[in-house]
Amino acid sequence: MGENPTHNKKTGLPRKRFYRARAHSNPLSDSHFPIPISPAEVDYSLHYPEMVKVDGSKKIQFADVGCGFGGLLIALAPLFPDTLMVGMELRDKVTEYVKERILGLRTTNPGQYQNVSVVRTNSMKYIPNYFGKGQLKKMFFLFPDPHFKEKNHRRRVISPFLLDEYAYVLAVGGIIYTITDVEELGEWMKSCLEEHPMFEPLTTEELEADQVVKLLSTATEEGQKVARNDGQTFRAVYRRIATH
Amino acid sequence: MEETNMDDCEQNRESEVAPALIAVHPTHQSVAVAVGSNLRVFNLQEGCSVSLVDDSGVHMHKDSIRAIRYGAEGKLFVSAGDDKLVKIWLTDSWRCISSVSSEKRVSAVAVSNDGRFVSFADKFGVIYAVEIEAFHENQSLPNKKAVPILAHYCSIITSLEFSPDGRYIISADRDFKIRVSVFPEKPSDGAHEIQSFCLGHTEFVSCAFICSKDSQQRYLLSGGGDSTVRLWDFTCGSLLDTCHIGPETGLSQSKGVDDSLLAVTDLCATRGGSLIAVAIQSLAGVVLLSCNLSARSLRFARVVPIPGETFIPTSIAAAYSSNQLWMVMGASTLCASDSAPLARVKVVDGFCDSNQDSVEHEMLVLEDKDIRGGEQLLQTLQGSSSIEKDALATAAEAVKTAMCNLLIKKQYPSENREFRKRGRNDKKVNKKK
Repeated sequence: MGENPTHNKKTGLPRKRFYRARAHSNPLSDSHFPIPISPAEVDYSLHYPEMVKVDGSKKIQFADVGCGFGGLLIALAPLFPDTLMVGMELRDKVTEYVKERILGLRTTNPGQYQNVSVVRTNSMKYIPNYFGKGQLKKMFFLFPDPHFKEKNHRRRVISPFLLDEYAYVLAVGGIIYTITDVEELGEWMKSCLEEHPMFEPLTTEELEADQVVKLLSTATEEGQKVARNDGQTFRAVYRRIATH
Repeated sequence: MEETNMDDCEQNRESEVAPALIAVHPTHQSVAVAVGSNLRVFNLQEGCSVSLVDDSGVHMHKDSIRAIRYGAEGKLFVSAGDDKLVKIWLTDSWRCISSVSSEKRVSAVAVSNDGRFVSFADKFGVIYAVEIEAFHENQSLPNKKAVPILAHYCSIITSLEFSPDGRYIISADRDFKIRVSVFPEKPSDGAHEIQSFCLGHTEFVSCAFICSKDSQQRYLLSGGGDSTVRLWDFTCGSLLDTCHIGPETGLSQSKGVDDSLLAVTDLCATRGGSLIAVAIQSLAGVVLLSCNLSARSLRFARVVPIPGETFIPTSIAAAYSSNQLWMVMGASTLCASDSAPLARVKVVDGFCDSNQDSVEHEMLVLEDKDIRGGEQLLQTLQGSSSIEKDALATAAEAVKTAMCNLLIKKQYPSENREFRKRGRNDKKVNKKK
C-alpha cells in the first residue's frame, strides 16, 4: 500500500491542512451530488460494512447535521457502539476529511468506529431522502452558521418550517441537541423549538443525566475553539413529543 | 464573458413564458382559460362569454396567471400568478370577492373540498392558507392576509392538492418531492405534522392529482420530468405503481428525442379514476392510462393523437358530467417577443370510466364546430377563432424551454463552473499542487 501524503504517517489519520475548505456553503444553490431517491435507497453496506454483516436490518438512529470535521461523531461512536450514526455535511472537502478520518480510525482500532459514517448532502433539502418517519433517536445541530442578516435567516438550519421535517424523522421521545457560541442564534434556536408544538424542553435534571449533553461543547472542534477563547455557549435541548 | 451574461438574460426572459391553463366547472357550467394575464371564462349553460367583475378594490391580474382552480362544489374559483395576487371569485356572478396578496410569485393554488380554505404556494416553497368565511352574495370579503402553514426548503412548489376529506394538504416540488401534511384546524396553527413523503420521482414533480373525489380514497397520481406517472397511497407515502410514459409514446425511439424532453406536464382522471389522461411535452395528443385502484396498478392504454395542426396540450381538465376532456395549448408570449398571448382549445369526447376492462371505447377529438358553444366559445377562450399553425409550433417550443429553465437543475460543465466563480474574492491565486 502506497503512503498517503495527506495523512499523518504515525496515526494514519488525514491531516486537516489538506482538506481546507471555505467556512460556508450556500444551502440554497442547486446540488449536483447524488442523493438517495428515498430512505430505502440509502446504501448501508457502503457506510457500515461490518455492522450490516451482523444485522442487515439496523437503521441509522443518530444524525449530526452539519457535522464539520466530525469531532462529535468520533466521540459518540464508542459510547453507543450498537447505534448507527451519520454525519451530514455540505462542504465536499470536509466530508472527504471525515470519511478518511473514520477509515483511519477503523484501521487503527479494529472492531471500533464501524457504526459511524458521513454523507455529503444538503440536509436542509434532503433530510426525508435519508430517514423515514420516526427513524431517528437523536439529532445534533452544533455550532451552525449564524446567518446574521435578516434576509438570510431562511438559510438557518434551525427554522420553524424545517423543524416540521426534523419532527417527522425523529421518533416520539427523540432528542434534538443544539448549541452555538452566538447569543443571537442561540436565542433564535431556542425560540423556534419553544414555539413548535411538537417539541418540549428537557428538564435541568434530565440535562444533567444525559451524558451526551457534555459532549456538545467538548467534543467538537468548534466547541474546543470556543473553550480556548473562554467564549460562552448557548444550548437548547428539546424532546420530540406526540401530537394529540 | 458577455456572451454568457447574455445567455443568462435570455434564459430568464424565456422562463417568464407561462403556459396557457384550462379549468372546467365540476358540473360543466363554465370553462375558464388563463393565458398570460388574461382570464377568459365562457358560460356553457347560456352559451355566452362571461364578463368578470372585480369588487375587491384591487386591479385585475397584471402578469402571467400560473394557476387556476374551481372549488369542488363549483361555487368558488381561484386564480393566481406572477403578479403575486390570489383572486377568489364567486362563479355564479363571476365577482372577485377577495384579492389576497402574496409576498412572492404564486405557483400553485388549491381549494378544500368543503370550500372553507384556499391554499396557495409561492416560488420559494412557502405554502399559505386563507379561511373563507361565509359570504353574502352582494358583499365582498375584506382583503385578508394569508398565513404561512408550511414550507418546502426553497423549492418551487409545482402542485397543491387537498385530500378529499380535507385532512391533508399535498404539495409537490421541483426537488422530486411530494409532501403530505396534516391540515390544521386553524391555518394560524400551521401544518407542522407531516403524514408522509412520497419519494420516487427522479426529476421534478410537475403535477399531482387525487384519483377520485371519494373521501375514503387515499390514492394520489403524480407526473414529472422523469417521464413517469406514479400511483401512491399518500397516507403512508408508498409507491404502488409506476408507468414510464416516454417509451410508450414511441416519440423517444422514432425521432431520437431525449427522454428528459418528454416531461409529463399535466394529468387528470375520470370521476371514478379508472382512466387517466396525461399531457406530455412534445406529444401532439394525450396519453391514456388505465388505473385499477383495487389492484393498485397503472397501465399504458394508448395514445389519442390530435390530427391536423401541431396541438401539444399545455393544460388539460376533465368535465365529469359531459364525459369530455378539455385541453388548451398556448403561451403568454412567444419567444420573449411582444406578441399577443396565444391559446388554442380542443375538446375530446368519451373521457369516462368504462364498465368493463375494455379501454378501447371511442374517444373522439371534436371538430371546432362540434364543441358546445361553437365559434363563440373559441372566440372567447382563444381570443380569436382562427390561429396560425406556425404560431402554435412556436408556442410549444417556448413553453417547453420555459419549463426546462424553471424546473430542471442547471448543469454547468466544469470549466464553466470555474468561470462562474471568477468573481469570488476568497480564491487563492497560487495554489500549490
